[in-house]
Formats: sequence, C-alpha cells, structure tokens
Amino acid sequence: MSFENNDQAQGYWRENLRLVLSLLAIWAAVSFGCGILLVDVLNEIHFMGFKLGFWFAQQGAMYVFVALIFVYAAKANALDKKYNVHED
Amino acid sequence: MDVQTLTYLIVGFTFALYIGIAIWSRAGSTKEFYVAGGGVHPVVNGMATAADWMSAASFISLAGIVSFVGFDGSVYLMGWTGGYVLLALCMAPYLRKFGKFTVPDFIGDRYYSQAARTVAVVCAIFICFTYIAGQMRGVGVVFSRFLEVDVETGVYIGMAVVFFYAVLGGMKGITYTQVAQYCVLIFAFMVPAIFISVMMTGHILPQIGFGAELVDAAGNGTGTYLLDKLDGLSNELGFAQYTEGSKSTIDVFFITGALMFGTAGLPHVIVRFFTVPKVKDSRSSAGWALVFIAIMYTTIPALAAFSRVNMIETINGPDSTGVAYETAPQWIKNWEKTGLIKWDDKNADGKIYYAKGPENEMKIDRDIMVLATPEIADLPAWVIALVAAGGLAAALSTSAGLLLVISTSVSHDLLKKNLMPDISDKKELMFARIAAAAGIVMAGYFGINPPGFVAAVVAIAFGLAASSLFPAIVMGIFSKTINKEGAIAGMITGLGFTAAYIIYFKFMNPGDNNPANWFLGVSPEGIGMLGMLINFAVAFGVSKVTAKVPDSVQEMVEGIRFPKGSGGAQSH
Repeated sequence: MSFENNDQAQGYWRENLRLVLSLLAIWAAVSFGCGILLVDVLNEIHFMGFKLGFWFAQQGAMYVFVALIFVYAAKANALDKKYNVHED
Repeated sequence: MDVQTLTYLIVGFTFALYIGIAIWSRAGSTKEFYVAGGGVHPVVNGMATAADWMSAASFISLAGIVSFVGFDGSVYLMGWTGGYVLLALCMAPYLRKFGKFTVPDFIGDRYYSQAARTVAVVCAIFICFTYIAGQMRGVGVVFSRFLEVDVETGVYIGMAVVFFYAVLGGMKGITYTQVAQYCVLIFAFMVPAIFISVMMTGHILPQIGFGAELVDAAGNGTGTYLLDKLDGLSNELGFAQYTEGSKSTIDVFFITGALMFGTAGLPHVIVRFFTVPKVKDSRSSAGWALVFIAIMYTTIPALAAFSRVNMIETINGPDSTGVAYETAPQWIKNWEKTGLIKWDDKNADGKIYYAKGPENEMKIDRDIMVLATPEIADLPAWVIALVAAGGLAAALSTSAGLLLVISTSVSHDLLKKNLMPDISDKKELMFARIAAAAGIVMAGYFGINPPGFVAAVVAIAFGLAASSLFPAIVMGIFSKTINKEGAIAGMITGLGFTAAYIIYFKFMNPGDNNPANWFLGVSPEGIGMLGMLINFAVAFGVSKVTAKVPDSVQEMVEGIRFPKGSGGAQSH
C-alpha cells in the first residue's frame, strides 16, 4: 500500500469518484440532455445561424467532450500529487 | 496530368511511406509486437488511436449518411466521440496501471476465472472480425473507382500491403504507420471541406461556415443562413426538416448510448492505452485521440450540409424544376457509370429532378457524397486523387489495428493463457503472425464476397461490446464486491439478450423490424444500451447471493486505483 494510512486511501478514492462523477454529469447533460432530450426546447433559441439544440448535437457536445478529458487529466494529476501517489 | 495518373502517384507515394515506416520500426520482441514496448508518446499515441478509430466507413460514408438524414445523424457524431470520455475517465488509467497486454487479461485476473477470460476472448475476437469484414471492402471500392481496376484486384493489393506492415511490424510498426496515415487522411478530408466552405460561405473553417450565411459567386452575402436554406429546401421537396430528423427521441437516446458505451468497450481501442509510458499519459492520450478525431467529426456535419445544398441545387437548378440532362454537370454522368447514381425520366421532360415524393427521378447512393464532393465543387484533379489516398489510409490503419488485436487474442489470450501455457516467447510471436495472416485472408474473403449485412453486423459489434465487455471492465475497477459468478452471469445475460434481439430483427424476421414491434421503441442499433443495464443488474444481483471476492483480488483492485508504482511497460 502506497498510502500512509487507510484514511488517506479512502479520501483519495472519494475525491477521485467525486471528480469523475461530476465530469460525467456534464458529459450526460450536453449529449443526452441538450443534444437529445431538450433538443426541441433549445431549438427555439438561435445561436449564430444554428438552432441551439441542433448545434449541441452536431458540434457543441463534441467540443465539451474534448475539454472534459483535459480537465480530468489535469485534476486527476493534481489529486495524485496531493496524496503523493503520482508516478516518479 | 489527369486524375488517373495523379491518383497512381499520390497513392503510390503514401504506400511507399507506410511500408518504409514498417521496415524501419520492425518488432523484435513479443512486447514490442503487442504494445510497442510501452514507449509511445501520448500525443503520438493519440494520433495513432485516431487513425485506428476512423475507418473507411467514417471517411467515406459518415458525411453521406448525415447529409441524407440530417439531425438523426447526430447519434453517430455524439456516439463515436462521447465514448472517449468514458474511456479516459473510467478505464484507461486503471487498465494502464494494471499493466498487462489485453482486455481478457484484465477480466481473467480481476474475476479470478478462466471461464470469464474465455468469454472475454470470444467477445473480443468476434467484435474484431465483424469490424474488419467491412474494411477490406472499403479498400476495394476506393481502388475500383479511382484506379479503374475491379474490386477483387483492389482487395488483393490492400491485403498485401496490410500483411506487410501488420504481420512484420506488430504494434510498433503499426503505431508509427498510423501516425502517417492520420496525417494523410485528415489532410485529404479537410482540403475539399475547406474549399467548399470558402466557396459557399466565405469562411475557411467548415465548423463556422456551417452556421454562416451563404454567399453568391461574387462573394457577397445573400442574407440566408445555410441551415435555414437547407430546412427550406427539405420542406419544399417533401423531406423531414434537416435540423429536426425523423427518429423517435427514445430511439435516438438509446442508439447514442449503445454507440458510446460500445466504443468504450471495443478491444482494439482499449488496447491503445496500454502503449503509453505512464498512467498520467494514458489520461491525456485519450484527450489527444479525441482532439484528432474531433477535427474530422466536427467537419463531417458541415460537409454534409454543404454537399446537400450543393447537390440539390445542381440537380434541381435555380428555379427548382430540374435542369436539362444534356447541360447537367459531368460528375452526375461519371457516377452514373458506377451505378451509384441512377436517373429515371418519369415525366419525360428531359430534365433531372430530385425530391422525396413520387415525382423524384434520381437514385443517389449515400456513399458517394465524400468521394464525389471534389467533383461536385469542381475542385482540381489533385484533390480528387488525395481523397482516394485518404480513404485508403483510413481503411488500412483500421484493418491493421484490428488484425493486431485478433493476433494478440489468439496467440496470447487463447494459446499462452489457455491452451499452451509453456509456449516460448519466440513461438508465441510466430503464432501471433500466423493469426494475423489468417485474419487478413478472412478479411480479404469478406472483401471479395461481401456479406449483404455489413451494416447490421456493425450494429452487433457495438451492441456486444456495450453489453458485455464495457460493464465487466467498469465493475471490475469501481466495485470490489462483484465476484466471478456475478461477472460471468452478467456478461452472458447482457450479451445473450442483445444478440438475440438483433438476430431476431435483423436476420430472422427483418419484415418485423419497425418501431411498432420494438421493445420500448428501441431499434436493434440501440438495444446494446439496454443489454448493458441488464448486465449491471444481473451482476449485482448474483454477486449479492454468491461467495465473497477473495482478499487478494480486492487488494489488486485497490492497487490499480492510484498511479504510483505503475511499472513494466516503460522499461524500453
């Protein structure tokens, strides 16, 4: 075990889960939410030459996906450092 | 120079490049063969993953599909990119820490069971074979259109090239070849898209042009947005509104889900994240892969909309009554020769006309949209040649990646870990190469004698991956209570349910395959997501009433949850 004690191990995993779940909530919100379930409502709003719901489904969701992974990578690396379980 | 000569030149040059790279980076050990010695930089690995992922189908067909179905095409765009978020957040770092070569390795060790490993091996091999069956066909089609050889000859040439670098090079050769292939395919895809975006909207970025005003030939704004124009045309001609689509919301929901979770469960994608030096790198590598994929996937819907407007306007003419056949553009006549465009002059007025209703006179195959775009937009001959090279790069890179997983599954998972445990390193490598060769022969066979159900088979591959491998891996990492009995029961019920549903509607009773008969209104393409939920439920239920997970396995799970001490793969 690389953690100093069991509390540390549990704390690390809890924070990691919170990070993953909150990012997955955004993931679901932009794709299943804005792009599919709420698409008719959002289509009432115009954004440049797009209907907003359509834009989420064919453009916006993909940009958010890319951003989510890099945010996760940065935050997870910082979490590793905080608990001193990063690679050398 | 004519298109023919330019195509020979550009395709010949790219092939020489791929083979050169394969020779330069020949694999010497099993480890190099399987995971490139674990020494691949995350950005390079991301680029190779993107090339591996973007098949002939996404290069040639996807823009055409989106162009014809409009909003409904979003299921593929979101489904095939959203899966990477799951991969990065829920799987890649943990599997990299686990540190072995393959998906069945993980499932076998985590569920301490040879039976679980065997189920995973069978799933992995089946998924890869269904996938590769369509790839060689893609190679054949591109060759036959642009080199004017028959499809069979095209397939043989493709088989020879893939054999050369997949069998000799292994993962190391493949990774670097795929980087070259990514560059070729993205360049070939973007050049015509940018040309056409500038022509129609005056914007260089197709992603911006997609939402911009159309411009006339002199470059002055017309005051009409591209998408409004498209919705208007669709209404006028009797199609569903381009930005609204016609599938039910629940079906769109489930298909998107099945494709996302299926993507995250595909063995040939997962294995890429074993090839980076560190756990840290596996996180960012998935991000880079998605960046490189998104460059193409955000361009696809833009290109789809441009070509749709372009196509309708060139066929129906400025007054929307059709143009005389004699004055119709050359591309229509070129593609008529291949049989992929058909004209039937129903009202005998000598004009071509395209619409939804019975007055429609044109039959246009979706697959030609990307290949014909340079001709429709009247781009220079070298662009047409470039698109041919790009389509081939996409087909070859995906085939090579799949072959590698097939050969690994046979030599490593099936022989070394199951049937012949004391096989030597050298012999294992030999069997890996034999398996890859056998895989190529089979893919070639399906390329020459294509089963009439390629599209149905792809639905199966994603459905099976979503309902079997994805839940087993995720539960293996995030739960310490799912035991061997639960995992096996979950995989078998999830897989069985999904396979039965697809086989029933796609093969046994294709006549019943309509929304009225579907369970909850979910089509066979989307049923994998329901299969996944069943898998989770069964696994939890069975694990509750059977023996506890052994302490040693629980410790292993705790061990893969943090990066420190990851070893092995970076030793080169």
